[in-house]
Amino acid sequence: MDLDALTGCLASSACLVTQITSGFIIGMLLFLVAVGLTLIFGVLKVVNFSHGAFYMFGAYFAMTVYQLSGSFALAMLAGAVGTAIIGLIFERGFMSRVYGADVLMQLLVCYAFVLIFDDVVRMVWGPEFKSMGMPAAFQVMPLFIAGGVVPPYYLLLIGVALAAAVVLGLGLAQTRIGKVIRAAAHNPGMVSALGINTGLIYGGVFALGGMLAGLAGALAAPVRSLTPGMGFSVLIESFIVTVIGGMGSILGALIGALLIGLIRSFGTLGFPLFTEGLMYLFMVIVLVSRPTGLFGKEVA
Amino acid sequence: MTELRAEQGAPALDVSRTEVKPRRNRDALIALALFVVLALLPMVFSSKLLLDFVIRCAAYGLFATSLNLLVGYTGLTSFGHGMFFGLGAYGFGLMMQKTGVPVPVAFVATLAITFVVALVIGAICVRLREIYFAFVTLAFQMLIHSTILSWVSLTGGDQGLRGGIPRPPFWGIDLSNQLHLYLASCALLVIGLLLMRQIAQSPFGYTLRMIRDNATRASFIGIDVWRAKLMIFVLAALFASTGGMIMALFVSGAYPEFAYWTTSGEGIFINMLGGVTTFLGPMVGTVLFLILNDTVTRLTEYHGLVLGTVILFFAIGLRKGLMDFAVEWYAQRRNGPGGRG
Repeated sequence: MDLDALTGCLASSACLVTQITSGFIIGMLLFLVAVGLTLIFGVLKVVNFSHGAFYMFGAYFAMTVYQLSGSFALAMLAGAVGTAIIGLIFERGFMSRVYGADVLMQLLVCYAFVLIFDDVVRMVWGPEFKSMGMPAAFQVMPLFIAGGVVPPYYLLLIGVALAAAVVLGLGLAQTRIGKVIRAAAHNPGMVSALGINTGLIYGGVFALGGMLAGLAGALAAPVRSLTPGMGFSVLIESFIVTVIGGMGSILGALIGALLIGLIRSFGTLGFPLFTEGLMYLFMVIVLVSRPTGLFGKEVA
Repeated sequence: MTELRAEQGAPALDVSRTEVKPRRNRDALIALALFVVLALLPMVFSSKLLLDFVIRCAAYGLFATSLNLLVGYTGLTSFGHGMFFGLGAYGFGLMMQKTGVPVPVAFVATLAITFVVALVIGAICVRLREIYFAFVTLAFQMLIHSTILSWVSLTGGDQGLRGGIPRPPFWGIDLSNQLHLYLASCALLVIGLLLMRQIAQSPFGYTLRMIRDNATRASFIGIDVWRAKLMIFVLAALFASTGGMIMALFVSGAYPEFAYWTTSGEGIFINMLGGVTTFLGPMVGTVLFLILNDTVTRLTEYHGLVLGTVILFFAIGLRKGLMDFAVEWYAQRRNGPGGRG
């Protein structure tokens, strides 16, 4: 414990800016992963325990394409689209067979894929740590805001994530497809009776969720190191985010992700060894006081 | 799976106390016979590997069977049961390393610690349902795991509890002798299984099945669902902790992985493998899992790939564990094709 460092930082504007920015990028990456998780849960009522693997694939795809083509935009695209395809195959081929089965079965299928995906990555890319490196376009002078250092890449990352949040929120609320998805979440039997292919919607939602996680992985690739087990810690954190925010709530995922991001970035100052523990503690406190999360509704 | 459970829960209504007693005697006899067989084993086969295997079966078997009391009997999908396995291993290991108390005292004290911790954690967790229960147990487990990692001065951090666990002889039992450790592990396993069997067959056990099948109805007829869930949560934790203690003695240490999510995942997998609707399913699952694990580790470095494929086969192909499959097959054969029950 190092409370002096924490109070010292809270008193300095430069340190505050730095920590808040770093909290925001952690939070935004988590949001992209968690929002996919929450979407899949909201529509399919399935907890996708293998969601972290999509994040991992996103990062590896982005790194590979970036090394081959040198184009950052192409790398991001590869991360997002590649994982969307994997999500679609995973849902149509495997998850769709355990709908309506025990929660245990669904968890097990996902658990099996966590093991399989990690080993597949180990086979293809090797077990050691990899890094993608920062694209040249972003290797410029950082911005200084109130004395705090803010790399331009961080701003891009936050911007992309916020844009995704807005598009997703508006898309679900306003467009026809969004309405069909919400209807399918509410009453799949009725939607299917109206002649809409629910299997297609389920596959689509899974692909969308996978795409968001893959995008998060691709965005994280320049600033994080890549390793076969990297999906898991992200998965656990995004679970915490969805549970804190309330399963199925997009706004909840955003708020939850930012809270966890800030807890992490300030926690490393005050409790360097117990930062992870702080998150779990926070989750426990939220769940004890509000069992369905901050924005969750009681699921019947 | 749900229909199976409903069938199994049905006879609960006409269980009277007179019926329970002969069954108790029969179970005790079976347990005694099992222990005698296990005790004779080293005289027939003089393989150290076999003894090690049985000791590991005892540790994992107690863990998995106790998890089934939650998952199969009460419908509580705990994803954090490994924390009590880890708690047992660390509690016992630390007690022996730091205090020098006799083994039985450390054993009882570790159970007491587990009891208190499980009571506090359980009181919070069992209020939540299904997926929220799974997550909050997972979170508590990770909380304990990160405490183990960060409290380096006490637990050795990610290096684990090393330097060996002292095991002074007591009552003529010397646990540093492999044969003694083997016999003690077998005794703990058999006693543990017998006790868990009693719990499962008691009126309380039937209350648990009722909560699993219809919690609302259970609370309508006056059962305190929260209390019953808490009781089984704590009881299951005690048996998992015992498994952890056997493991600590076996590896002469304790490692953070014991309390990591993978241990809980393995526990769930073992239950799935063996089946959750029979009492001995998890035990069968344990033996299969350990054999599978040992073989796969020897054959390939990608053992997640193989293990994952096997899990997929059980989850998507069979949709139930081996014992469940066998029991159903037997019932079908006995009643002729098409006829069930």
